[in-house]
Amino acid sequence: MTSAMDADHAPRLELHGITKIYPSVIANEDVSLSVKQGEIHAVLGENGAGKSTLMKMIYGVAKPDAGEMKWEGEVVQVENPAHARSLGIGMVFQHFSLFETLNVVENVALALPGNPDLKQLAGQITEVSNRYGLPVDPQRLVHALSVGERQRVEIIRCLLQNPKLLIMDEPTSVLTPQAVRKLFDTLRQLAEEGCSILYISHKLDEIQELCHVATVLRDGKVTGDCIPSEETPKSMASLMIGKELPVPEHSAPTELGEIRLQLSRLSKTSEDPFGTDLQDINLEVRSGEILGIAGVSGNGQQELLYALSGEEPVSDAGAITICGKPSGRDFPDRRRSSGMGFVPEERLGRGAVPRMSLTENALLTAHRAGMLKYGMIQFDKISAFAGKCIEDFNVKCGGSEHAANSLSGGNLQKFIMGREILLIPKLLVVAQPTWGVDVGAAAFIRQELIDLRDEGTAILVISEELEELFEISDRIAVIANGRLSPVKKLADTNIDEIGVWMSGMWDQPAPVGAVARD
Amino acid sequence: MSYASPLIAIVLMLIGGLLLFTLLGKNPLEGFKVFFINPVSDLYGVSELFLKATPLMLIAVGLAVGFRANVWNIGAEGQLILGGVAASAVALYFHESEGAHVLILMVIAGGIGGMLWATIPAFLKTRFNTNEILVSLMLVYVAQLLVSWLVHGPMMDPDGFNFPQSRMFEDSALLPLLSDENRLNLAFVFAIGALLAGYIFMYRSFTGFQMQVAGYAKDAARYAGFSAKRMIWIGLLSGGGMAGLAGMSEVAGPMGQLTEHVSNNYGFAAIIVAFVARLNPVGIFFASLLMALLYLGGEQAQQYLALPSSISNVFQGMLLMFLLGSDVFINYRLRWKEATA
Amino acid sequence: MDSSIISSILFATIVAGTPLIIVALGQLIAEKSGVLNLGAEGMMAMGAIAGFAVTLHSGNPWLGVLAGMAAGAAMSLIFAVVVLTLMANQVASGLALSILGVGLSAFIGKPYESEILPTVGAIRIPLLADLPIIGEPLFNQQALVYFSWALFAGIAWFLYRSRPGLVLRAVGESPSSAHSIGYHAIKIRYLATLFGGAMAGIGGAFLSVFYTPLWVEGMVSGRGWIAIALVVFATWRPFRVLVGAYLFGGVMVAQLFVQGSGLEINIPSQFLSALPYLATIVVLVIISRDQNTVRLNAPVSLGQPFRPEA
Repeated sequence: MTSAMDADHAPRLELHGITKIYPSVIANEDVSLSVKQGEIHAVLGENGAGKSTLMKMIYGVAKPDAGEMKWEGEVVQVENPAHARSLGIGMVFQHFSLFETLNVVENVALALPGNPDLKQLAGQITEVSNRYGLPVDPQRLVHALSVGERQRVEIIRCLLQNPKLLIMDEPTSVLTPQAVRKLFDTLRQLAEEGCSILYISHKLDEIQELCHVATVLRDGKVTGDCIPSEETPKSMASLMIGKELPVPEHSAPTELGEIRLQLSRLSKTSEDPFGTDLQDINLEVRSGEILGIAGVSGNGQQELLYALSGEEPVSDAGAITICGKPSGRDFPDRRRSSGMGFVPEERLGRGAVPRMSLTENALLTAHRAGMLKYGMIQFDKISAFAGKCIEDFNVKCGGSEHAANSLSGGNLQKFIMGREILLIPKLLVVAQPTWGVDVGAAAFIRQELIDLRDEGTAILVISEELEELFEISDRIAVIANGRLSPVKKLADTNIDEIGVWMSGMWDQPAPVGAVARD
Repeated sequence: MSYASPLIAIVLMLIGGLLLFTLLGKNPLEGFKVFFINPVSDLYGVSELFLKATPLMLIAVGLAVGFRANVWNIGAEGQLILGGVAASAVALYFHESEGAHVLILMVIAGGIGGMLWATIPAFLKTRFNTNEILVSLMLVYVAQLLVSWLVHGPMMDPDGFNFPQSRMFEDSALLPLLSDENRLNLAFVFAIGALLAGYIFMYRSFTGFQMQVAGYAKDAARYAGFSAKRMIWIGLLSGGGMAGLAGMSEVAGPMGQLTEHVSNNYGFAAIIVAFVARLNPVGIFFASLLMALLYLGGEQAQQYLALPSSISNVFQGMLLMFLLGSDVFINYRLRWKEATA
Repeated sequence: MDSSIISSILFATIVAGTPLIIVALGQLIAEKSGVLNLGAEGMMAMGAIAGFAVTLHSGNPWLGVLAGMAAGAAMSLIFAVVVLTLMANQVASGLALSILGVGLSAFIGKPYESEILPTVGAIRIPLLADLPIIGEPLFNQQALVYFSWALFAGIAWFLYRSRPGLVLRAVGESPSSAHSIGYHAIKIRYLATLFGGAMAGIGGAFLSVFYTPLWVEGMVSGRGWIAIALVVFATWRPFRVLVGAYLFGGVMVAQLFVQGSGLEINIPSQFLSALPYLATIVVLVIISRDQNTVRLNAPVSLGQPFRPEA
């Protein structure tokens, strides 16, 4: 039992020497950190640094192989999430653990012990949501909620258990800049009331804005602790990746060439009953430019990509024109013949077959480069192609015979992108090019895209990372609720305007006094 | 690597079998001898083994083509029956004729009959997305009722004392034997040919590759532009055609006529063969022999151990179950790999 | 058609539909948790032989039903271990279970093939059974018929008004989310699968102990598969399972319709026997056309293995 005085001084959470080993990788090695009451503590690191694994152990989803955890001064072993909740630990996952066919109340009820009365619970939900500025309707089915609203449900679900520690895992990847501000207000309010917050992220500027203290992880180990407000993004980045943050060279585009992709009044009903319908999308992408489309996930990006790639063709052939050819009804192989290359957001399972070797995966789309003879596969040719891809695109792997699922996310993405680029497409459509990819590979990929543009390819990038789009796009637009905003040259706009547009409000004038970011 | 689990499964099945014999009050070693050794103790027995394995090889390789693409043709039993019916119809129509054309037409009819029956689930799946497992299976029951009606009625031998069977086929409608000493016939050559063709198709052709991709990751197949509909048709028709051919080889082979027992559950046994063989034609060759041994062993057990011949089915079911359980080794390897990605 | 014939047809329809209801509702619970068990035919067959044999030896049909239930549950346990713990492919394993169950039951049942059980009397509910036309069919039935109605009511309440039912639905939609919140998804799937197996066993025992009190190899005749198709047709909703089962029951006793109508048509018996299977295909096509409804109601994780991380 801690005395009242100790309660003011004992850290809420302490980790000493936590280690977690999986069969093929050491996820966390000798990690120690300490979180005070009412402190917003960042855990900073790039993808694969071990942040999520660490949180899983705090929340009881996984158990450490070594080390100890102290909660309010006492040593504790968290057996499972229910135990964690009873201690006062709440977690908002990066990939929400919500059930779409159930409504908000039912979803919240499932996370609470016992058998709560649903009517009473609905009232409590409304109360909490008002108090912290997280508006949500308890009776709505979760599938009808936007991503931002779903996150609010996750947060409310935690708050209803009066947590003393709230873990937020990459919370802003699905929010507009404005929504991020609102979230930060909520988190500060919670911290002032005494709740500690563990904030997991790789976004340096957000951490600077919000967090009191930061612990930096790299390759499973703690590389440093710092106070973000006293650091610069550069110094934090070097703690995070151990070297200088690479900056891609982005010169102004040269002569713009012919139109390679044209969307005319593209409309499409989503195949998914929970999806977003596309409405009247008009767009042009020319040779020698990169056009970026921003937007919060769930606003029609999936549907747009399926329509563009041909995985879900549309009935109007003229709605999508590739290099002058009406292609709306074509399937992907036809579109590739017309000059399109496509890098999807899901690598394993869509861009590549996990169980197959890299050579076989090359065959997936590169077969048109002379790999077949009378319908039979020419294995030596395909092997050579895969080898070239691995070499030219710096893919770290055991060799072209290794399975796709043995590569890290970044390397697989480089391979897939390399495969499409080696086919010399006239038009390249890319979705989420650097999602989940380590910083080094991300910079490489972005540079490749810029170089490809300089060689004359038309490139369309759809991404949820605004910073990335601002780094590589020449022109930019926003997709919201299935509609496309006007397209603007990058120099004519700024992150705040695009942020507003991400809520669908491009018909309104830009916010007064908006400060351009960087 | 992945051939460890079939071997483990076979060993487990043998152990299970020994236990079973003991539970039934029989000497397990004697049971083992009667069941597994007796059938192949002489050359004639070995030829019977190959004879029984022939339809299994044919059907299993056809099914394997589809299974690789996650097209689940479970109705091979019914497709076999339809192939047998079609071939019998040709045989009976030409029962006064001589000449090679009869047999050739029977082969074609058998294949088409089986394919036609498989067309139904293929069409319903590609057009309406109806589950092909349930449709092809329901059609098995329908096929069994159909052949029952035929041999009790329209195809019944007029001189057959009202027994539910067709006329015996003339020589021109029977598959030529490969030797005078045993019952092995031309169908065995078809089976080997089918295995070879299957191997080339699955491992060397681009279409075979497309089907493998569709089986492993259907989103990737769609991304690559491989036509899912085409795979469904190929997957179902290959099984149907082979099953139909097997049906023809039964009526034009050892049976020599059409009866209600055209099939001895071959359609289902072939599914087990395909699995145990890991969908690989070389494995199918060996697994078919093993399955044939299980059939012959059941007959021996009935004669010498006074056990019902359905003991074969028990062994077959055990083998498949153990195989699926042994796959845990493969799964562990996959899980291990996923942890690194 | 006079009223007594209508009454008999209704009676026969309800009886024929009863095993389908029981098996399909059990399947429904298993599928709601995300487990696709195609072994229903094999579990029913084992339930049938176990029920028959135990009833014969003990003289007590209720012991037979319990034996059938145990046999079905035991078979489903094999499946559960292979699929939930060893993570084998659910489709292939279900098929294996069907093959094993049908084969094993034929083997065990050989010595019982010439035996006959005494018929069990129906339970007549006084007053209600005297109602015209519907009285006999609804209120003068075997105990298991009344059980099937109670089962339906119980399952409907369980799924939509109880907390465990809510948890079950959550697991079926996303076992990984359920796991993240702290529910033991694998354990819940085990329980749901065992329940499905127990119900399949009872359905099989009904066939051999009450419906036609004898044992013949293959007597389940595809009812297990029809029950699976029924769950799809009912888009995983209990009331529709009830309706669908009686529709199928009616198709199964089609011969009575033909006779009762007084028409002198000479339809081969095989054609009438084929009707239930053809009807199954037809209803599957009908429901598959409405992909949206299927997607909204099918448990999202159906058939997919769940691998909890260490």
